[in-house]
Amino acid sequence: MLDVARLRADFPLLAQRENGHPLVYLDNAATTQKPQAVLDAIAAYYRTTNANVHRGAYDLAIRATEAYEAARAKVAAFVNAWAPEGVVFTRGTTEAINLVAGSYGRANVKAGDVVVVTAMDHHSNLVPWQILCQEKGATLRMVEVTEDGRIDLADFGRALERRPKIVAFPYVSNALGTVNPAAQLTSLAHAAGAVVVVDGAQSTPHLRVDVQALDCDFYALSGHKMLGPMGSGALVAKPQLLESMPPYHGGGEMISRVWDDHSTYNKIPHKFEAGTPNVEGAVGLAAAIAYLERIGPERIAEHEQSLAAAAIDKLTQIEGVTVYGPRGKGERAGVVSFTYGDIHPHDIATILDQDGICIRAGHHCAQPLMRRLNVTATARASFYLYNGLAEVDALAGSLVKAGALFGYVPA
Amino acid sequence: MDTSPPDPQLSALYQELILDHYRRPRNKGTLEHATHTVSLNNPLCGDEIDLQLRVDGDVIKDARFIGRGCSISQAAASMMTQLLKDKSVPQALALADRMSAMMQGDEGAARDKTLGELRSLAGVSRFPVRVKCALLPWNALTDAVRQERG
Repeated sequence: MLDVARLRADFPLLAQRENGHPLVYLDNAATTQKPQAVLDAIAAYYRTTNANVHRGAYDLAIRATEAYEAARAKVAAFVNAWAPEGVVFTRGTTEAINLVAGSYGRANVKAGDVVVVTAMDHHSNLVPWQILCQEKGATLRMVEVTEDGRIDLADFGRALERRPKIVAFPYVSNALGTVNPAAQLTSLAHAAGAVVVVDGAQSTPHLRVDVQALDCDFYALSGHKMLGPMGSGALVAKPQLLESMPPYHGGGEMISRVWDDHSTYNKIPHKFEAGTPNVEGAVGLAAAIAYLERIGPERIAEHEQSLAAAAIDKLTQIEGVTVYGPRGKGERAGVVSFTYGDIHPHDIATILDQDGICIRAGHHCAQPLMRRLNVTATARASFYLYNGLAEVDALAGSLVKAGALFGYVPA
Repeated sequence: MDTSPPDPQLSALYQELILDHYRRPRNKGTLEHATHTVSLNNPLCGDEIDLQLRVDGDVIKDARFIGRGCSISQAAASMMTQLLKDKSVPQALALADRMSAMMQGDEGAARDKTLGELRSLAGVSRFPVRVKCALLPWNALTDAVRQERG
């Protein structure tokens, strides 16, 4: 386990109290808290380096551009991208996937083609493909999940028999924490002739990611889920694919020459970064990556898996609690999705909140998955490097209180 | 493990009467010969209600609902359908206003006997994020009767 007390000192917000209790923040799959190093990097950027990038002919603007491009190199190295120019900064995973659907998808998917997604995809890796398929008259094929919350490999195989143009799936499920066999899925999809889009929103913060080893074609990530600022994120792609794609948004920065009625476009990645970018976000994300690297993604993954295992152990001892998702070692990231009898997850969240415990309650932007689990909502505790076993105990203790209020355990 | 008793605000929120309506909802199901039907959902938390009314002249003769959601939204729907029977449409809209006032912490509304068992939901006003749960069925009601009045 990591030295949680020492790590927590780096996160000013975690020292707060909520409803008179120490804050127990267990909603890290939604967003993460920020270490002082990230806050400092953003402030320092504005205090010393701020100017518009890629345009200024003066030293300050050159330094701003260098900071922005250094952040790009940092992201590239963190996920072992094919090249820094294969990293397009976006507002987050959602925009990155919309970019792939809107550019690569619109240029390559035609009427009658098939796009494959999975029943455990977050709405952000589903709705952009629905929109694309509706526009093109293409078919969206959703791969089923097994009862214990894994991608059904047999159904995945059947979907591939339809020779899809694009296969999209999450590396790690945000709702269940399932770690999918991403390299295997990618290689199967490639053998069927598809281009592979991996939603990395939940994997990048919690595992060592190597996109070249995965060999996927597109990989999307969000900065705010990995200690970085909101509104930061990236699409990581094979550079030759980006080269072949039409622009996504038009505007400044993405052009080479502009005529009255047409334009030529900038080289990648700038072709996909129209307008003034979120430099503050990129700089903050680079600082977050430096922080994560100092600890090491492997150690973070191990820490979170221990917390998840402890939580599953504690929660399943409470009669009436059902935990969803796979149980095998290494098959689950630090996410524990559960229900408790007929207590609605929102009621659970309200009761836990009174003890200063923040969890997510709802469909987790994964309504197709909820339907398959036969629930409308679950409660979800999701851990990060700054959570400790004491917080697992607090979660279990507060759940017992919820049980008492609803008559499951003696008050 | 924290074994202190639940705080009084929570006990006020989850009264037995509320849990009873949640677990044994009154007037749940489909209404024959409904004159008004409205479906509302809260996309953030997934609470759903289909409210059906049979209005004769200006009087709500019957009200039934189908819904899924938290204890607060489902208990509020159950209690509301009980209260609406034989109320005139203006009376029903006045009750909706009283309910809304109670959710904003109006203590006069919380003592107003015309709200019947719904007064047990007064504690919800201390939990601002849950107010929308208690008002979901009432929003369905006002949508339903205003449809016609356009």
